[in-house]
Amino acid sequence: MRCAVIVFPGSNCDVDCFHVWKEVLGQPAEYVFHKEKFSPEDFDLIILPGGFSYGDYLRAGAIARFSPAMDSVYKAAEKGKLILGICNGFQILLEAGLLPGAMMKNRDLKFHCHDVYLKVGTADSPFTNMYLPGEVVKMPIAHGEGNYYADADTIERLKREDRIIFYYSDEKGNITDEANPNGSVENIAGILNEERNVLGMMPHPERCAEEILGNTDGKRLFMSILEYLEGRVKIGKSRRS
Amino acid sequence: MFNAKIWVRFKNGVLDPQGAAIKGALNHLGFEAEDVRVGKLIEVKLKADNLDEAKAKVRMMCEKLLANPVLEDFSFEVVEESI
Repeated sequence: MRCAVIVFPGSNCDVDCFHVWKEVLGQPAEYVFHKEKFSPEDFDLIILPGGFSYGDYLRAGAIARFSPAMDSVYKAAEKGKLILGICNGFQILLEAGLLPGAMMKNRDLKFHCHDVYLKVGTADSPFTNMYLPGEVVKMPIAHGEGNYYADADTIERLKREDRIIFYYSDEKGNITDEANPNGSVENIAGILNEERNVLGMMPHPERCAEEILGNTDGKRLFMSILEYLEGRVKIGKSRRS
Repeated sequence: MFNAKIWVRFKNGVLDPQGAAIKGALNHLGFEAEDVRVGKLIEVKLKADNLDEAKAKVRMMCEKLLANPVLEDFSFEVVEESI
């Protein structure tokens, strides 16, 4: 299954994402430069990697969203292709309006670079079907602006439609203020769009996808994508019930 | 030529972590700051045929790029550059 990793000026997790898809999962991957356009049919999965696109000037992701490659990303999203935005990629998806809400500076104004525990909010997605709902996993975060904000109506809708994919939690899965590294509303660490083919998340699954790194909790996210793309799982059960 | 001054601010009700940190520092220095909000001032020089057109252009800049409507409000003033 073909994956594109979009490279913006200032992306710095592009190689990690490429490596996981190509070497760890053994699937074809390509870099797509931000000035290039592509057809929605060219790729099954498009990753917007972490980093500091355009220096995060104005607002994180605000300038990257107008890149030529993003035109192709919008079209691919409309066609139901999978879009995965990690960290700065999540910020770009928010600015692009492909996901609701916005990011603010972390509430303590510090850059957080450490492991966090995440409670899986929903396994009913192309991205998390190999996790169990409510399971606690560990992934690294590395960001200064991961303080997710959306108005109360949006949050209510995200919950009702089972679109919150990860919550910051403690080791036992309790969603507490102490376990919230950045001040995100309701400890939200990642969300899906309405059609469930676009995911934005602040934690870095690509940094914990191999034994040699001491943690493989992120690998299942990429394996979930492959399971879905190869037609071995169906999603959308919880929305129909 | 027109000069625009554009202010972008967090909406009321949105917590401003930078403002809170600055308020703490001001209070620490003995100033009685009740509330601090941090915004941005963006200055743009632009061409337009008249003031109304310049204002319309600046409004579009704000809506499309300079402010994020989820979090921020904007206001601006535009003046014609004196020759």
